[in-house]
Amino acid sequence: MNGPLLFSGKDWNYDSLRRIHDAVESIATGDLGLDVYPNQIEVITAEQMLDAYASTGVPLLYRHWSFGKRFAQHETTYRLGLQGLAYEIVINSNPCISYLMEGNSATMQTLVIAHAAFGHNHFFKNNYLFRQWTDASAILSYLAFAKDYIASCEERYGQAEVERLLDAAHALTPQGVDRYPRRRPADLREEQRREKDRASDRERLYNDLWRTVPGRKATASKSDNDRRLALLGLPQENILYFLEKVAPRLEPWQREILRIVRLIAQYFYPQQQTGVMNEGCATWCHYQIMTRLHEAGQIDDGAYLEFLTSHTNVVRQPMYDEPGYSGVNRYALGFAMMRDIARIARDPTEEDREWFPELAGSGDDMAALRDIWANYRDDSFIAQFLSPRLIRAWRLFHIVDDNDSPKLEVGAIHNERGYRDVRRRLAQEYDVAANSPNIEIVDVDLVGTRRLTLRHRVFEGRLLRVASALSVLEHLARLWGYEIVLQEVDATSDVVLKQHISSPPK
Amino acid sequence: MHIVDRRLNPGGKSFTNRQRFLRRAEKLIRRAVHDASRDRGIEDLENPGEISIPIDGIREPTFSHANGVRRDLVLPGNRRYVEGDLIDRPEGGGGGSGGASAGDGNGQEDAFRFVLTREEFLDIFLDDLELPDLAKRRLARTEKESLQRAGYTVSGSPANLAMTRTMRMALTRRIALKRPGRAEIERLERELEDADAASAVEIRAEIERLEGRRARVAFLDPIDLRYRRYERVPRPITQAVMFCLMDASASMTEHMKDVAKRFFMLLHVFLTRRYERIEVVFIRHTDQAREVDEETFFRSSETGGTLVSSAFVEMLRIVRARYDVESWNIYAAQASDGDNLPSDNDLAVRQLADQILPMCQYFAYLEVCGPNAELSTYDPQFGSTSLWNAYAPLRKSFQKFQMRRVSRREQIYPVFRQLFARKGAEDRAK
Repeated sequence: MNGPLLFSGKDWNYDSLRRIHDAVESIATGDLGLDVYPNQIEVITAEQMLDAYASTGVPLLYRHWSFGKRFAQHETTYRLGLQGLAYEIVINSNPCISYLMEGNSATMQTLVIAHAAFGHNHFFKNNYLFRQWTDASAILSYLAFAKDYIASCEERYGQAEVERLLDAAHALTPQGVDRYPRRRPADLREEQRREKDRASDRERLYNDLWRTVPGRKATASKSDNDRRLALLGLPQENILYFLEKVAPRLEPWQREILRIVRLIAQYFYPQQQTGVMNEGCATWCHYQIMTRLHEAGQIDDGAYLEFLTSHTNVVRQPMYDEPGYSGVNRYALGFAMMRDIARIARDPTEEDREWFPELAGSGDDMAALRDIWANYRDDSFIAQFLSPRLIRAWRLFHIVDDNDSPKLEVGAIHNERGYRDVRRRLAQEYDVAANSPNIEIVDVDLVGTRRLTLRHRVFEGRLLRVASALSVLEHLARLWGYEIVLQEVDATSDVVLKQHISSPPK
Repeated sequence: MHIVDRRLNPGGKSFTNRQRFLRRAEKLIRRAVHDASRDRGIEDLENPGEISIPIDGIREPTFSHANGVRRDLVLPGNRRYVEGDLIDRPEGGGGGSGGASAGDGNGQEDAFRFVLTREEFLDIFLDDLELPDLAKRRLARTEKESLQRAGYTVSGSPANLAMTRTMRMALTRRIALKRPGRAEIERLERELEDADAASAVEIRAEIERLEGRRARVAFLDPIDLRYRRYERVPRPITQAVMFCLMDASASMTEHMKDVAKRFFMLLHVFLTRRYERIEVVFIRHTDQAREVDEETFFRSSETGGTLVSSAFVEMLRIVRARYDVESWNIYAAQASDGDNLPSDNDLAVRQLADQILPMCQYFAYLEVCGPNAELSTYDPQFGSTSLWNAYAPLRKSFQKFQMRRVSRREQIYPVFRQLFARKGAEDRAK
């Protein structure tokens, strides 16, 4: 079957972009059944791409020197030719904005539209983490608000002051995300809204420190310690949230800025948790779409070959002993797993039926994939769907590196005994929460020194890096205004292994 | 679906952030620039420069794990091993074979490398240098006048029409002359609609009278017009002229010329960047001197003997002809290999001491030696060339006279900085 070509040669213009988008859209929403936000496609230059890199991909971020540092770094590697630029950047917003580089050929633009404007877009709109934690329709206006707000703070309180605050907030960003949704009353909607209003009013007016003002007898006694902690919401793993609500010496504008940093961190958090799936989904979509365009005669053989060259580069996974190896390529892993899942759904082997009884032979690979894209994140996805067949194909093996033993030990390989171990270990590598230090605020001494106590639960002897931990504590002490203690406690025995103390500058 | 072309949007979104970063790391960058300038050629001034600063000053700390007791890795590509095999640790302690696995943060870099643009590089490099003793300031007669706002005037060009003031004048006049408002007429017209015949006549007359008054008292009258008035204000400026004197005789080897040229090029870049109102005069001499343009000064070569005094004569002639000593700050830099016709030394020193130094703000003498010459830049006792010996006594009597010796191109930057360092700036640079 031969349709009219969407374009010929490598040049493109707005008409052909539009034709490409429409053709891709009809396959994406028709054949693949994707559900996407409306698209907005923006054509940008290399310099603008570098700009976007520097501000973690979002178009309007507030000003801070660290973004300038990142810009200088990318620019240098780019100028020296050490690094090419991405073909696109896509933003989880409604409408979904994709940035296309002006230097891309027409084939690449087709690929990029299929990849970003439909693949990523569908993932953003449907994955439960994004649905739960990000508000795509509000993010752009929130970023604009944040930028203006911080700029106005700089005007009123001085750039140095705001910069110090942002430095401190950035240092605590990894501890500024909620990993689990806060508890909400499962009541009627109206009830919920009123309770929330009441709670926010209480939060606004309530500051436990008032009870410590001299001249009034402190009412808190040791006996209702638990109640006191509960009132403060302790233990609390979201340090930025705690500071915003409780820190005694912050001005309202400082709280607002902490909140801004925290909310933006929260917006990006799902992207860290779904790297493999997100790229796998987008790569799988662009592969399907490009292939179908070619089958329908809408792109010619030359364009299809150009696409395949680029595609195979993206999904190449070097083996561990090859020179280019730098860890598992998430495009490769994601794409391979999506393909494998589609195969299992359509054409399962006996082994697949045993491992994936519900998925195997369900017939509708798209429906299966869409369901997976919506309901998993990287670690659960790998733990659930990495098949023995793929483990064999990649020849995955598990190595134990124990400091006490002189040699490395092979823990498991791609055989019947090893599948589950390899799969479990690989899934763990993608568990963002488990891989970042488990630190929470456990106590605050409100009647005495106002000392804030943090606890790091240490697993398998992995203590904190001392130098960076002390710098972060310095920042934290400056925000809190009083002394900070960080205890490193062994998770199994509750023994305090180490203690760091930091006081605010006088 | 929308397509938006952002390519024409103003670029440099990261500009402010970049500047903030540069300011944040200012001390480190300043040191790095000075280190880098030590071994850079002058022509590299044209190119952006990669510099590297220690990462410590610009680290963004977060809580992170140190290496624990045990690590688990999953790698692709097993061809040899079965469960339970023991493997020797690879060299370099990467843990997994074939390179560190992603994200373990094992090797943190200790230097941060990035590229400064030429502008940024020069800004930092020349930041704490200046011409010493820029003393004579005067009011120039001609071009250095600027306009300043000075109230309003009743005549002027339409571009200078002061709209607010004009409208205010018009309003004042309308109130003073009791120009009837439209609302008043409209009220009468409404009354007219339900008025009986007798009063209608009266009302009509009244409306007619008001309309007439409105027509006579204009909304905006030529006498209301006001224009912004400007005055010319003379602005004091500092003007300076820099004389660059270079020996171009045969005794100057290619190497010496190269070093001297580098010095002057640096001087030229410095002057043209830092001072808007500065003129530069190039004089090259053998046994006779002539004023040349920049291009000839730096590029072409000549041969001949050496008479330093000829250059001074030429310089004096130019000063008399073009630069009034009263109103110009005069600077001079001379580069030579130190060879001069012995009989000319006395004359040259006399000219310098009697005529040139008194009228100059600053005079720098740069002696260039062969690449292997033993350096004695900082040793006042040392000095074997005839010119150096002849000049040496001048240093005692004139503070504004400085001399330095350079033998290799990498010494140019430090010597240049010594010559033009702002007082107190040297300490800051360290």
